[in-house]
Amino acid sequence: MITEILHITLLSIFVSVSATILASIMAVPLGTILGLKKFRGKEIIRTVTYTLYGFPPVVAGLIIYLMLSREGPLGSLNLLFTPTSMILAQMVLVFPIVTGLTMSSVSDIAKDVKETAMTLGADRWQTAKTVLNEARVGVISAIMVGFGRAIAEVGAVIMVGGNIRWHTRVLTTAIVLETRRGNFAYALILGGILLSVALFVFFILKRYQDKGVKM
Amino acid sequence: MFWPVKNNGKKIAVMIISIILITAGIIAFRRLTPRNEMVLATTTSTYDSGLLDEIIPIFEEEHDVRLKIMATGTGQALELGRRGDADVLFVHAPELEKEFVNESHGTLRYDVMFNEFVIVGPQSDPAGVEGMDGAVSALERLHDEEATFCSRGDDSGTHVKEKELWGKTMFDYEDIEESDWYKELGQGMGDTLMITSEKNAYTLTDEATYLSLKEKLADLEILVRDETTLYNQYGVIPSYDARQPELAEEFAEWIISDEIQERIDNYTIEGEKVFTANAKNTN
Repeated sequence: MITEILHITLLSIFVSVSATILASIMAVPLGTILGLKKFRGKEIIRTVTYTLYGFPPVVAGLIIYLMLSREGPLGSLNLLFTPTSMILAQMVLVFPIVTGLTMSSVSDIAKDVKETAMTLGADRWQTAKTVLNEARVGVISAIMVGFGRAIAEVGAVIMVGGNIRWHTRVLTTAIVLETRRGNFAYALILGGILLSVALFVFFILKRYQDKGVKM
Repeated sequence: MFWPVKNNGKKIAVMIISIILITAGIIAFRRLTPRNEMVLATTTSTYDSGLLDEIIPIFEEEHDVRLKIMATGTGQALELGRRGDADVLFVHAPELEKEFVNESHGTLRYDVMFNEFVIVGPQSDPAGVEGMDGAVSALERLHDEEATFCSRGDDSGTHVKEKELWGKTMFDYEDIEESDWYKELGQGMGDTLMITSEKNAYTLTDEATYLSLKEKLADLEILVRDETTLYNQYGVIPSYDARQPELAEEFAEWIISDEIQERIDNYTIEGEKVFTANAKNTN
């Protein structure tokens, strides 16, 4: 049983950390660009992104399911009911959150820093780097919120992962199963582990955030 | 520096990376050892009874394959088969299964085993159905008394059976669906039993799931048994469109073999026999 709990916990961390990192790799640069640039339709993009914060996990699950299903366009990749499919589903949920929150914190800081940096002779790339560095607290918060969304999510991963023992069972789907079986004590323990995992990851990210502020 | 971190941060980063690598290693290891994988879609009732934990490892051993077991309702399991996402189906709604085979999604359908559905309700039995012979007349009594009835409402085998039973009563199912005392939950059997127990209501359940949850269900008792109408047949269908049609076929032949049939017969939950094996080719 300990081995199984360990497996479930590590798989949860693996899936959600991977989803958060992969989504952030795309979302942070995109959010920075959107935050820095002024262009027509920016407000619309902002509103759309904010709306997607509330993207229903089951809809994300359904879309990924239909894409990866054998009859779907990516069916030949054989990815349905694997951890990869769960990572994809969580990325769909994390991406708009990290993009939107990065965009907000970058555009807050951009006004002051951008001009200063330009005056000091920074090129566009250097300016972007400086702004991003200054906006670090907000950006790391964005990643934290994204991770929180990923690790706590159940609807999408149960659809595309299938809650298969030793394969795609993560903490949230295991809690659903154990509750259904009436093993409330076990379900509660898993819930405790889930919170501890979130706490642990937030603690690590928080350190990066604090270090950044002091510099 | 762009993202200034001191030694401590490095240590933590190394920790995170090792966690990810270890997990990736575990997953890779599990995926690599036996090359073959097959998806078995089954019902929550079969899964939660624990029978599969008992017999599946034997098949995995014999055929050097890893089975990925999905526990859903019969309706969803058949849909997984239709889309080719599940290789073999182990379900309990003979009518739907035959339809599935007739649409030529499946090769053959084999009877595997049966058990019984029972009507459960609160010990106090406010509607007074305890000991009634016919399930249909018991449902009619529940209807007349407007006793709270929890329905699975999820197109599972149990739900299909329940609708079939209401169809045999003198009432119109569409009217029942709209009644206040009739609650469609849209949940699995375990959840439905929990809710039924909390609400002091009645429901139709397969005996296996009831037995495996009995201790956690505050005074929910078996009130009506009916050997003829509450018969619950389980069947296995290898899916024609999936990835492992040959292995699926082997699985079906394996589960109806004498050795496994005997194991199914001997399987007990808390000393009570749950399933009766009755394999024979029925198509």
